[in-house]
Amino acid sequence: MALLEVAAVTKVYGLLEALGGVDLKVEAGSFHGLIGPNGSGKSTLLKSIAGAHYPTTGTITFDGVDITTMPPYQRARNGLSLKFQITAVLTEMSVYDNVLLALQSMETPLSLLRSRSRRSLDGEIMHALDRFRLADRADDLAGELSHGEQQWLEIAMALAPRPKLLLLDEPTAGMSPEERRVTGELLAPIKQQCALVIVEHDLDFIKSICDRLTVLDQGRVLGEGTVADIERDSRVQEIYTSRV
Amino acid sequence: MNVATRTTNMKTSSARRTRLLRVLPAIELVMLALLVATPLVLSGRPELITLMTNIVILSLLAVSFDLCWGFSGIMSFGQALFFGVAGYVVALVGRDLEFSQLWATLPLAMLVGGLLSSGMAAFLLLGKKTPTAIFVALGTLTGSYAAERLVAGWQYVGAGNGLSAIKLMTLGSYEFVEGVEFYSVALSSLVIVYLASRVLVRSQMGLVLAGIRQNEERLAFFGYRVQVYKALVFSFAGSIAGLSGALYSYHQGFTGPSNMGPGLSTTAVIYSLFGGSGTLIGPVIGTIAIELLSYVLADTDAIRQFWPVILGIVLLVVVMFQPTGLLGLVVSARERIGSYGIRKGPR
Repeated sequence: MALLEVAAVTKVYGLLEALGGVDLKVEAGSFHGLIGPNGSGKSTLLKSIAGAHYPTTGTITFDGVDITTMPPYQRARNGLSLKFQITAVLTEMSVYDNVLLALQSMETPLSLLRSRSRRSLDGEIMHALDRFRLADRADDLAGELSHGEQQWLEIAMALAPRPKLLLLDEPTAGMSPEERRVTGELLAPIKQQCALVIVEHDLDFIKSICDRLTVLDQGRVLGEGTVADIERDSRVQEIYTSRV
Repeated sequence: MNVATRTTNMKTSSARRTRLLRVLPAIELVMLALLVATPLVLSGRPELITLMTNIVILSLLAVSFDLCWGFSGIMSFGQALFFGVAGYVVALVGRDLEFSQLWATLPLAMLVGGLLSSGMAAFLLLGKKTPTAIFVALGTLTGSYAAERLVAGWQYVGAGNGLSAIKLMTLGSYEFVEGVEFYSVALSSLVIVYLASRVLVRSQMGLVLAGIRQNEERLAFFGYRVQVYKALVFSFAGSIAGLSGALYSYHQGFTGPSNMGPGLSTTAVIYSLFGGSGTLIGPVIGTIAIELLSYVLADTDAIRQFWPVILGIVLLVVVMFQPTGLLGLVVSARERIGSYGIRKGPR
């Protein structure tokens, strides 16, 4: 059984059908890219998986559990983690506290009140920051980081609770070419830790890190397969050459 | 990153940490010293001891609002509801059961405030849909208003006249009347509540509350049950308001419908915003400043007729041009968050 199975999911806003019966399977440990032109439904699908909104019809199964109408906090506790399209780091907190907040999320309020894990999580926090080249910024406010660093911090936060599946919504948006290259390098080792579903406009970036791609167009799946399969697909070439 | 670089970075971080000024603890200590010294300084002025006792009791109400708004982003216009109901409960226990032992009635008042606020939290915060800030503000305001109207028409609790000649608070055979002894009980209550609240907001749970205040949605995607955390804090704040209400009733010897109405709820909001919400000590300073200013202005012959207008203008100016309150002038936003924004490494 696949780690994530999306079956016949639709999402309708009034008269607009954002998703029209989308199927998607993501295997454990694989990097899966969602591509397609603007308005094709990529972010809507990702948000449906994360629980930011619920599908109109269809089912989403994660790790054998039906999560179609599960609230976001429960999905997170089941091992789903999301990095928002617009950076959502907590700018008034230190970089360190942002990761602490992500790491301690499974603890009970009573345990947090007693601050029992603050010291024991220090090594894990510094390791997470070290991995994304932010260790020396630990005591700075998150709001003082550059845009690219904030994106890295958010990925570090999303990865900190050791999710089974990480959902990344345009992680390189607004980054310089150098920052994108570094981001690719930073994401590559994640494969040993969890599966990844990534929405990204930069095709070169997504092809460099993903095993499989799903192409969406007008809320429907246009094609699915390995990077090589998709590159050969004439329908995909057509939408990218004519509309992007 | 190699070990040498990492060590250098840690040194830099340590140096940076030591440069962070911690202003709040100093302010807290000064305030504690002033409040402890008050009975000594005002020993020949019993009316001022009475005034300061009222101020300390109302500070508890202001702290309860600060926990809601300043630390958890819950705009509560209903703190007086828990204050007033608990005040009525201790008054009725005194009247009907002839019992007013503080070791039982003050915890009872906290229980009443806590249960009532838990019920309101279940209704306003724990529904299927995530409540908006406006919904919560209007819900708490409506609760406060409805309770005031209900009590004003209920003969058993004295209707519009309220309950007067409330049995004095006692400890064994000792009766607490206005004065230094009552002030000591009120101040002890404030110190205990303050320390408990301080533990809460400076704990890892306090960090969660700070996160909720900044970006509720982000916290939910981390796996936090945001509304449960809010409900817990709201209930704790309700129990503090209950304690405050009981002490107020005992001290005044009277309680009335207005003690649970929107007027007092809004006053608690103003105390907090004026002093600086999200600091705990700010609302205490706000309460002292506003009540002393009111006392002085009301006692000044030249402006006795229109002192509320002057007070209103002063409050408006502070809220408009200094939204972080008086303490915002000296306390950074960062110091108000979690562990003062300074990380706690391994021992």
